[in-house]
Amino acid sequence: MSTLDAMTTSVPGVKLHMEHVGMVFARDGKSVSVLEDINLDVRDGEFVCVLGPSGCGKSTLLNVMGGFLSPTSGSVSIDGETVHGPDPRRILVFQERGVFPWLTVEGNIGFGLSKLPSSESRQRIAHYVQMTRLQGFEHTYPSDLSGGMKQRLQVARALAVNPDILYLDEPFGALDSVTRFLMRGELLRIWQTERRTIIFVTHDIDEAVQLADRVVVLSSRPAKIQDILSIDIAHPRNLSSPRYLEHRDDLLKKIGLAYAE
Amino acid sequence: MNSWVRLRPVLFIAALVVIWQIAVNRHPGQLLPGPWEVLRGIGDLLRHGLLLKYVVASLFRVTWGFLLAAVIAIPLGLTIGWYRRAEMAFNPLVQIFRPISPLAWIPIAILWFGVGDLASIFLIFVGCFFPLLLTAMSAVHNIPDLYVNVGRNFGLNTADFIYRVVYPAVLPQLITGLRITLGIAWLVVVAAEMIAVNSGLGFLIVDARNAGNRYDLVLAGMVVIGTIGLLLDLGMRSLERVKSFRWGYSEN
Repeated sequence: MSTLDAMTTSVPGVKLHMEHVGMVFARDGKSVSVLEDINLDVRDGEFVCVLGPSGCGKSTLLNVMGGFLSPTSGSVSIDGETVHGPDPRRILVFQERGVFPWLTVEGNIGFGLSKLPSSESRQRIAHYVQMTRLQGFEHTYPSDLSGGMKQRLQVARALAVNPDILYLDEPFGALDSVTRFLMRGELLRIWQTERRTIIFVTHDIDEAVQLADRVVVLSSRPAKIQDILSIDIAHPRNLSSPRYLEHRDDLLKKIGLAYAE
Repeated sequence: MNSWVRLRPVLFIAALVVIWQIAVNRHPGQLLPGPWEVLRGIGDLLRHGLLLKYVVASLFRVTWGFLLAAVIAIPLGLTIGWYRRAEMAFNPLVQIFRPISPLAWIPIAILWFGVGDLASIFLIFVGCFFPLLLTAMSAVHNIPDLYVNVGRNFGLNTADFIYRVVYPAVLPQLITGLRITLGIAWLVVVAAEMIAVNSGLGFLIVDARNAGNRYDLVLAGMVVIGTIGLLLDLGMRSLERVKSFRWGYSEN
């Protein structure tokens, strides 16, 4: 089950397995069901987008996958191992402000590397500075970075610890549309060189169609899996090709259904 | 432009001193000693070696009382703040002690420690302890969950988590708390020295009045106290500009 096996296997195996996952919160003495009977398999190296209306429980789903919340029913397993808590092998990248303001760019990227020998950690920091195009800003504090740079920094910090899975919670939601478009390209480029499993939560249909191998459409609360759509267009995707638009329309229709229910 | 901005407070003070001199000239002997007499008073104290001795005595007490309070109150406050249950248990007690003026402790300080340095150090300690405790408690509360989650995600053990997430996250607020509390310490030391000891700037003021109504020396003491207070504050403020925790102030 090591990553080496997965790389040599031509048909990658299941990385993440969710079985009958449900989540019920107690709020003001009432129980509120947020997730209901979620069954999902994510393959190793796959890029999955979770698409759903705002407030439907997408973030809760991601927190359950990441081990930050324990599901009230069902189970999540990764590589056949049940998830019991957060783990540096899978890193959650938050919407914004997730970088530590008291550390420089270098300090942030090196945050998870303190147990490595310093020569190796320096090498990794330099590698991910390069990959996320933050050269020249190594000694800059986040307050002096733009929103897009901060988000790239968060991704760099996550990748530096060599995780198998990257969870991204609407990572580009706070950015302007041009930066967001560029960031998607950057993320795809990184994913194609590093081949991690990525689970990406968004409420933006274009984002999902542009990025994902598969799109998981959630219904509104309590979130159930409404549909799963495969997008078999090679990257880089032509955003005005008929097939792209077809998928987009298809998703719009499904999301429309999701909103209606 | 910039030098003008910096000069403005100096000019303002100079103008007030001039008004002070004019007022004293118009009502001689009724109001206060004039600025010139006060300056001469400071000169007198310097010549007799008293000024330096008293300043050192006061700073010595402030340093110990303040440091002792910081060393005990900050770790305690951070711990109490982190564990919500501990906070529910401690909070009423803290709220009872907090509004008691440190000066109310003077009789007890003298009872326990007699007249001397220890009594005034104790009073400064009491004056600083509760503000610092509350600062530390609220600083822990204000750590965004986000930072806590990132720390958990990267698998830090407890010691690393405290050192690399909690400590840097609370530092800006702690520094502001320390700055304000140092001001309190400087207030308390003067009061404590008026009663509990025979040296220091507070003693200087009482002594100058008792020994022949030397109001020039009373004012000289006040000017010195004010000036040192300003310098202490400027020193603490310069900490707030350090890059690695400046983030905590720029957003407010």
